Amino acid sequence: MEISIKNRINPQLFGLWTALASITMMFGALTSAYIVRQAAGNWLEFRMPDLFIVSTVVILLSSVTLQVAYNGYKNQKEGLYKGGLVLSFILGLAFLILQYNAWMMLFNMGVDMKINPSGSFLYVITGVHAGHILGGITALIVALLHAFTLPFEYSDKRKNRFQLVLHYWHFVDLLWVYLFVFLLMTR
Amino acid sequence: MANDVLTYDDEVILEEQGFDDHFHEHEHGDHFKSNFVNHYVFSMDHKIIARQFLITGMVWALIGAGMSIIFRLQLGFPEESLTWIKPLLGKWIAVDATTGIGTLMPEFYYALVTMHGTIIVFFVLTAGLSGTFSNLLIPLQLGARDMASPFLNMLSYWFFFLASVIMFYSLFLSTGPFSGGWTAYPPLSALPQASTGSGTGMTLWLMSLTFFVVSVLLGGINYITTVLNLRTKGMSLWRMPLTIWAFFVTAILGLLSFPVLVSGFFMLICDRMLGTSFFLSEIFIEGAALPNVGGSPILYQHLFWFLGHPEVYIIILPAMGIVSEVLSVHARKPIFGYKAMVFSILAIGFLSFIVWAHHMFMSGVNPFISNFFVVFTLIIAVPSAVKVFNWITTLYKGNIRLNTPMLFAIGFVSMFISGGLTGIFLGNSAIDIQMHDTYFVVAHFHIVMGVAAFFGMFAGIYHWFPKMYARFMNETLGKIHFWITMIGAYAVFWPMHYLGIAGVPRRYYSFNTFNSFDDFTALNQFITIAAIVVFAAQVLFVINFFYSIWKGKKMTTKNPWKATTLEWTTPIHTGHGNWEGNLPVVHRWAYDYGKDGIDYVPQHIPLTEEEKAQEGSH
Repeated sequence: MEISIKNRINPQLFGLWTALASITMMFGALTSAYIVRQAAGNWLEFRMPDLFIVSTVVILLSSVTLQVAYNGYKNQKEGLYKGGLVLSFILGLAFLILQYNAWMMLFNMGVDMKINPSGSFLYVITGVHAGHILGGITALIVALLHAFTLPFEYSDKRKNRFQLVLHYWHFVDLLWVYLFVFLLMTR
Repeated sequence: MANDVLTYDDEVILEEQGFDDHFHEHEHGDHFKSNFVNHYVFSMDHKIIARQFLITGMVWALIGAGMSIIFRLQLGFPEESLTWIKPLLGKWIAVDATTGIGTLMPEFYYALVTMHGTIIVFFVLTAGLSGTFSNLLIPLQLGARDMASPFLNMLSYWFFFLASVIMFYSLFLSTGPFSGGWTAYPPLSALPQASTGSGTGMTLWLMSLTFFVVSVLLGGINYITTVLNLRTKGMSLWRMPLTIWAFFVTAILGLLSFPVLVSGFFMLICDRMLGTSFFLSEIFIEGAALPNVGGSPILYQHLFWFLGHPEVYIIILPAMGIVSEVLSVHARKPIFGYKAMVFSILAIGFLSFIVWAHHMFMSGVNPFISNFFVVFTLIIAVPSAVKVFNWITTLYKGNIRLNTPMLFAIGFVSMFISGGLTGIFLGNSAIDIQMHDTYFVVAHFHIVMGVAAFFGMFAGIYHWFPKMYARFMNETLGKIHFWITMIGAYAVFWPMHYLGIAGVPRRYYSFNTFNSFDDFTALNQFITIAAIVVFAAQVLFVINFFYSIWKGKKMTTKNPWKATTLEWTTPIHTGHGNWEGNLPVVHRWAYDYGKDGIDYVPQHIPLTEEEKAQEGSH
């Protein structure tokens, strides 16, 4: 709907940020519960699969490519816009596949969901995060549809919409970095 | 004093001073052309959504309160036959073949208590209260056309509706709804074999509450964004009515605390379905040991109460905001200590996040950690007392109109004081350990957040009913409703303090086997009779509500209460978009009552020359 007054910040973007605050609280709760539970003892130690490093690199790269796509759109460079978007989408999917493989590696190491809360926590935290990536990929699909079905032209409305996807994607990316570092540090 | 009445013409002020946002220039692009389905059903109009929340909440309130009557019958009259209620409860009433006496099954007693808590706390006092009034008042009092995202707002209601349908369905399961308490502590909630309601009943409970959280979050995102971004010209944060401040802080609390509950739910679901041991350890069921080792049920309690405590403020803050507004309007006086009121709302909001473990003094929490929580819990008494004193001072020497909304607002203050004082008892871990599992706690939280929040809600409904339906509710019925509820609620909950001090445990199905509690049989009967009377008064309220929607006294002027806030500058039949032409521009705070001998000056009236001079001299 029409916005009553010129705002310094787009209300939808502001709404997204409040939603991100809420997601942050959810992962804050999960990681706090992890610390509390770990302190209680009976905690299985295992090595994190190295594959998580690869997935970290992949998700960081996808953020870079999405930023390139966004800047491309703002500067009206169609190639960068479309190419960056496709690349981000592929990298996002690759991240999920890598996560899945990392889980399978863990499982084959004998760390399954049930064996000990240390394993359960790892699956739940990375799993819930993967769910949020899946949400981001859905947003990317919408962005791709816009990119390839609408004629290429700059409008503030489209820029703002793209900005929502961009901020969400950077957020889930940084969230993964936090979770990964957290899981490494609290071994 | 304050006898002069300012005369002004809204049409002229809005035309000359209003802010033109080009709302009505896009004739073809009008999003708000609507048919029956998207006007009344899938509506994106915040005012319709507010009414949807309200009426759904009322249906739930009747169900939830009706349940309490059934289990009160069991507590007050355990020997009496309940066969007459068998058509409603079916197999949950066991009828003795020889005597014909029907008794409530213990399993269902616990299911009723659990559902009563879940329904009243979440569906009535969260969705029904904050959902209704945040939706109705945030855009209207801020001078906005609608919420930041009307679509998400609509989704918020429909997620609540979905949650409601699932919970309602769970009431009719052959194994009964969840029966392990509204807090859903594991292991009762984590093991399907733990009790009859722990199977499908608990699964549906979790699904329902998850959808409910989605609803709260969508609503909260909208409320916060609207308050911070869509205020009309001149509506600075410090000019907002206290209602808006309260809804705003409530939304922040919900947004930050409900996700933590969801984390707990994820782990609970894993424990239930995937065999993990987050909350389970070394449990024997029917002599067989479960494989789960290493979990901690206390961890769930931490996660639950990290939501659970802010939740009680999510319930009470909107009521406080409504009461502040209603008291000021009907006492014809500015709210006393506006800034102190705002800061105390913020202080309560902040403190609510660091006191959760005071619900867990009995759970074996380290006593040193308990001390920390005791101190912060007691500090909450400070902003709460500031609010109470300010309400009383607002009433002092006011030109009080003792109409129904005002009576309920004053009743709220009374209830909040009574319930708040026992909170100081219970906040001390040493006393809490004695009292925690007794009726003292039941009395405390029912008065301070149950009855008080309902009073705030009633004050709001009677006060804003004309804004919602362009008619008034019946005053006589309203006053009867008030006096029965006021006296009846004290009659129900006051004696419970004595039960609690005498050590009568809560959550018990029957006291027949304890000789020490025989003395309280008559008191329990008294409480049950009082509860039935209060319930009957609520039925009267519901009749009044629906009667008044169609037959109530018509509203003839825009601003029947002579209030200062912007919702009363909208047309009597407010369309989608709220103002027909320009948006009002705000020139002053929301509480100019009795200023310079003038009865009231609405927020959109420009400052006079004298006032400008005064402002300049500060």
